Amino acid sequence: MEKTLTTRENLLKGIFRENPTLVLLLGCCPTLGVTSSASNAIGMGLATLFVLVMSNLAISLVKNVIPDKVRIPSFIVIIAAFVTVVQLLMEAYTPALFAQLGLFIPLIVVNCIVLGRAEAFASRYSAGASVIDGLGMGLGFTLALLLLGSVREVLGSLSWFGMKLSDSDGMLVFVLAPGAFITLGFIIAIMNGLKKQKS
Amino acid sequence: MVIALVVVTAVSAVALGFVYQWTKEPIAKARLTTQLKAIEAVMTGYDNNPVQEKFFLSTENGDSLECFPGKKGGTPIGVAIKAKSSKGYSGDIWLMVGLDTAGTIRNIVVIEHKETPGLGSKMTSEKFLNQFLNTNPAVTDLRVKKDGGTIDAISGATISSRAFSQAVREAYQSYRHGKDAHH
Repeated sequence: MEKTLTTRENLLKGIFRENPTLVLLLGCCPTLGVTSSASNAIGMGLATLFVLVMSNLAISLVKNVIPDKVRIPSFIVIIAAFVTVVQLLMEAYTPALFAQLGLFIPLIVVNCIVLGRAEAFASRYSAGASVIDGLGMGLGFTLALLLLGSVREVLGSLSWFGMKLSDSDGMLVFVLAPGAFITLGFIIAIMNGLKKQKS
Repeated sequence: MVIALVVVTAVSAVALGFVYQWTKEPIAKARLTTQLKAIEAVMTGYDNNPVQEKFFLSTENGDSLECFPGKKGGTPIGVAIKAKSSKGYSGDIWLMVGLDTAGTIRNIVVIEHKETPGLGSKMTSEKFLNQFLNTNPAVTDLRVKKDGGTIDAISGATISSRAFSQAVREAYQSYRHGKDAHH
């Protein structure tokens, strides 16, 4: 069935039908960890997007020369290399963002989305399709993180992208870890509700 | 099988080496800029190059702190001290503390911290920071109220507040100490 995916479907599936964060529920660690503000969420989303596209491309190019038995270690080496590249580039050119996200960047290596796409998609499809898949999944991840980060920042700090909406304090719980779980739960519930209505 | 894995690893390593070389200078530059910005924020009116004249102050527990002296026309007008506390809630807290020659706190900038967002992270808020400005640790007890001092701790983040004020006090003390030793 998946063989007949058009490019458009391939791109959009990562954003809606197979959204990695809200439907596949992969990569919850960075999702919950960095979404205390909208700008952090965007930064993490774009860093992951870059790694996803690059690793999908690299893996689909070398998939035929890598024996099945050492497939996973090879994928991880490739992914880790791209993550380190992102880390170095961020530290060099966006030091402020790096100071905020530094701790979470190395964790992209173990983000299930990246290895998951390598295994489920890039190791089976052509380079072009894999890049589109990485792009779609990365965008889906970024949008989900942005949504989560925006809700948490607005409710928790009464600001958005650092702009104060009101002088009073927000509901602190939304900035902390429990608020991340609560917000994610509500967003997934709404997504599921919408899906049910459609069908 | 082994060869494939070795090749993948080798290619990755070489590629990383290139990126490392390429970003080495920008990274060093970015770190310097952060430091310079912090110095400029806590000290004004100097016409020397504080980074070039950097020296080290030793603290009571044997650590050493970077100290950037500010001078105008050769006369010292104050220092910016890179202070640190490891007693925060998570990770080290790095501050830049600006003192004038009398030891009065001119300004404080938080360079880096990993405290809880929304709680300890409020150490960067004006409300908390302003308590320290224009005070001299020689006359004002810069400890949190719980410990008998004058500082209102951030609610829900006593540990972070305590660590912050400890770093400030340590910076002041090592400056005092270094000064006494010179005279």
